[in-house]
Amino acid sequence: MVNPMANSDAERRAQYGPDRGTADTSADAGRLEAVWQAVASVTDPEIPVLSIVDLGIVAGVRIGGTCVVVDVTPTFVGCPAVEMICDEIRSAVERAGEDDVTVNTVFDPPWTSDRLTETGRRKLKEFGLAPPLASTCGNQIGRTSSSVMPPAETVPCPFCDSTETVVESLFGPTLCRSIHYCNKCLQSFEHFKTVEL
Amino acid sequence: MKPIESFDDLTTVTRDALVDLLYRLGDDELVLGHRNSEWTGLAPILEEDIAFSSMAQDEMGHAQVYYQMLHALGEPDPDTIAFSRKPREYRCASLVSLANDKNWAFCLLRQFLYDASETVRLTALCEGTLVPLAQAARKIRSEEKYHLMHGRSWVLRLGNATDESHERMQTALYEAYPHALGLFEPTAADEPLTLAGICPREEELRRQWESAVAPVLADAGLEQPETAQAAYGGRVGHHPESLTSLLNDMQIVYKIDPAAKW
Ligand SMILES: [Zn+2]
Repeated sequence: MVNPMANSDAERRAQYGPDRGTADTSADAGRLEAVWQAVASVTDPEIPVLSIVDLGIVAGVRIGGTCVVVDVTPTFVGCPAVEMICDEIRSAVERAGEDDVTVNTVFDPPWTSDRLTETGRRKLKEFGLAPPLASTCGNQIGRTSSSVMPPAETVPCPFCDSTETVVESLFGPTLCRSIHYCNKCLQSFEHFKTVEL
Repeated sequence: MKPIESFDDLTTVTRDALVDLLYRLGDDELVLGHRNSEWTGLAPILEEDIAFSSMAQDEMGHAQVYYQMLHALGEPDPDTIAFSRKPREYRCASLVSLANDKNWAFCLLRQFLYDASETVRLTALCEGTLVPLAQAARKIRSEEKYHLMHGRSWVLRLGNATDESHERMQTALYEAYPHALGLFEPTAADEPLTLAGICPREEELRRQWESAVAPVLADAGLEQPETAQAAYGGRVGHHPESLTSLLNDMQIVYKIDPAAKW
């Protein structure tokens, strides 16, 4: 039987990467897998249940000779956790036996909330954070001067799935979260912001 | 026009114009980021304390991106650029230099007018020929959405609420508007940047900006200052006195100890 969750993750990964790189020899293929595992063991310091791979910020892992390069595409440019995450990636890959590790931050491909895996979205919801909305082409900001202003968004409640919710604050405890209130189950909740191009 | 993949492919004239543009972009972000951070702990309500602190963090992050590009173009490193220049070496528009003066209406409106201009400009840069700048612009623009949603909702709410809130917003708009027009001060860089397909002329961006903000201001019941004279000078280093005091505050740690970590 096909696991729809895994299938969907595989599709996302095919569409958005990460580029797991190529290896010339089977020895390198083994190294690549070990590096990959190490990278995937790092979690978001602000959402500790979430692997950075499920968050979608790992843009690529490459091995060239003795050196390993990991590209990270940050959720928000000014996110103070990026430096910490990069340090943790470096340490994790070094613990996996590599000693020449470079971690870059890149803007290509840009992170969007569509890069979150299905697993990532599920974990966010279990954590009590409403996952990002699916991006809609009609929502693209600034394509033309008449669409500079963004449309309003309704975020479903992560506890009761009601759409009878209102925005309390567009800014929350971290750059990637906003605060909402559910008029159905009368609870405040946070939303992992929908970021699209 | 053909994409320009790398800074190495730029002619000297275009390169100099690009350096000028990046200083304008970065300095606007840095200085407004600092102004926003001055609300931390002082904003009228907790949510807005968080909002202005978050926007400060975003703008500082964006400034760093532009300064890193400048460094790649042979300018000093980002910290040196941010903290060691004299006021006349900054290229920010007067809109961001003006002091907060505990005037939340003014700061909200300034932020809204600024974010709309940034979104217009970033959209143009995304469509421009210079690939590294277009990539950064695409990323930064995706974050502006929440700034604009925030600004717009407050402009509409306060413009249409009580007589007092309306009055304060209208006064703030008259005050901020000439300086917002100063964001589009034409410079000598316009011509080479337009010819290279990197960025349209300032007057074109201004036109797009006006058509984006006008409907929101109208919905907020605010009268747009039709005859406002643009406050120019920031792009060539002539700034209000308020920038000097801001820089004295911002640079104090760096001046005492350039190697300090905080
Ligand atoms: Zn609910």
